[in-house]
Amino acid sequence: MSKKVLMKGNEVIAEAAIQAGCRAFFGYPITPQNEVPEYMSAHIEKRGGVFVQAESEVAAINMCYGASATGARVMTSSSSPGMALKQEGISYMSGADLPVFMVNVSRCGPGLGGILPAQGDYFMATKGGGNGDYRTPVFAPAYIQEASDLVFHAFDVSEKYRTPVLMLVDGMLGQMMEPVEIKPRPPIAVDKSWVTDGNTDKRAPNVVNSLSLLGDVLERQNIERFKKYAEIEKNEVMVENTVRDGDTVAIVAYGVPARIAQNAVEELAEEGIPAGIIRPITLWPFPYDVFQNLPPSVRHILVIELSMGQMIEDVKLGVNGKYPVHFYGRCGGVVFEPVEIADKVREIVKGGAK
Amino acid sequence: MATKVIYEKSRGLQDTPFTYCPGCSHGTIHKLVAESLVELDILERTIAIAPVGCSVLAYSFFNCDGIQAAHGRAPAVATGVKRVQPEKIVFSYQGDGDLASIGTAEIIHAAHRGENITVIFVNNAIYGMTGGQMAPTTLINQKTSTSPYGRFEETAGKPLLVSEMLATIPGSAYIERVSVHDHAHILKAKRAIKKAFELQVANKGFTMVEVLAACPIGWGVSPVDSMAFVKDEMMPYYPLGVYCDREGGKA
Repeated sequence: MSKKVLMKGNEVIAEAAIQAGCRAFFGYPITPQNEVPEYMSAHIEKRGGVFVQAESEVAAINMCYGASATGARVMTSSSSPGMALKQEGISYMSGADLPVFMVNVSRCGPGLGGILPAQGDYFMATKGGGNGDYRTPVFAPAYIQEASDLVFHAFDVSEKYRTPVLMLVDGMLGQMMEPVEIKPRPPIAVDKSWVTDGNTDKRAPNVVNSLSLLGDVLERQNIERFKKYAEIEKNEVMVENTVRDGDTVAIVAYGVPARIAQNAVEELAEEGIPAGIIRPITLWPFPYDVFQNLPPSVRHILVIELSMGQMIEDVKLGVNGKYPVHFYGRCGGVVFEPVEIADKVREIVKGGAK
Repeated sequence: MATKVIYEKSRGLQDTPFTYCPGCSHGTIHKLVAESLVELDILERTIAIAPVGCSVLAYSFFNCDGIQAAHGRAPAVATGVKRVQPEKIVFSYQGDGDLASIGTAEIIHAAHRGENITVIFVNNAIYGMTGGQMAPTTLINQKTSTSPYGRFEETAGKPLLVSEMLATIPGSAYIERVSVHDHAHILKAKRAIKKAFELQVANKGFTMVEVLAACPIGWGVSPVDSMAFVKDEMMPYYPLGVYCDREGGKA
């Protein structure tokens, strides 16, 4: 018998986090992620965890910093302007090598923008919105089942590499309902000898810190941290690639827009225009290599985003001049229809597209 | 002939030499905190939260676990620690730039939630670490590097009275302002700090001790004159005493 239940994306993420062993959730209200803290406030304490509604997103991420420093699995969630406020804490946690699982149920911007879905936070998520040299693994599920599975994986990645990790979903995935089976698994075993949990009767004092006043020492720490990032780039890239030999167009999309693109691909196939989809699941590390290993039939790359074009910069780095890279985007909370994407592909194959 | 130890450095402090300026009060306040942790036998289960400011390196000095927090965020970090480790002792050690300016939201809401943590608030009326700039606590007409003609009430307001403000919050269990400018006051400060930790051990809620402190380098005066400044200039505006003691105990 299937264990599938019908649940809202935001609630699935929260429930999966509890089942993944999340001990503490610190958050602040902002639409369209409110179901995450609401679900946590109702459930996590009954199952041995801690919920605090912080006074701000800034405080929430710093509560994560403190709780994570003791070795606990911790989580925060927010939406775009709130994530902007968390960047200070993300930079500090990266500099202090602290794990945390974060979710951005993103909306449209800049500024207060609006509450409709968008993908304008790609730069903030993948290029680092905080100060200094650091990277953040970013997971971008397109399905609620995938979001659930990735919660367990993301916690493991954050603890294995001692780094903040981010799940970037748009408001659509957070708000929609789909059948899902939450599949718990035990957390990976990691070394926690570094934690500051106040047990100095058993060991020497530990320090959690991102400060380093000597240039050569800090440089060495940054170089060491980038060895960790190189390991992540080597081991943790996730991408779904449906481009087959015979496809002339590869559409690149992440999250729910990849599902809209799938409808366009089916419509185009009926007309004899073969196209496939490259769907990055990790936005950092980005699947650059996939663009150098496409079938010989591919002539064009089309990037579609719910933004003015952000991921396209990484696609161009991956393509490295091998194919023309086209773009179609909507923003402000406007979501493209499959026909818009199909029309763009038709325009490209006719040779009229810029 | 056997020698008798009549004074020794508290084992609540590590052997690391202090990085503080001559005449600075941080060393004295560190000692009072360290002695309190040892006397209450809680040192081994204590987690110290260091701020941004002169005491940013506090984790190098206290002989317990330490976490360095972002500027002003120590009460939020302390909240995160204490919520998942409620049986541990958690204190933040913060200056007035950190606590009374950039960290006002975090300190007010830590008190507001009644977080069972202790805050050591070191008020020297100036930003020391960054070179002596004006703080919310800088006295009227006091000259600093960003108030070179003196602090003016019309543009900068009156110095912020943090203890008085936090005492109005129901979540605050114990708030006292003390000074360390002479021996008698150091003894009183020690009693206040120890009491704050005792109340945390008893899960009584938010406790804070504001310590009036000297910054001779930042103020541009001699260490001796800086003690007189605390007594003659700061104490009249920042009256010492217990501002809140909801447990009804004696300070």
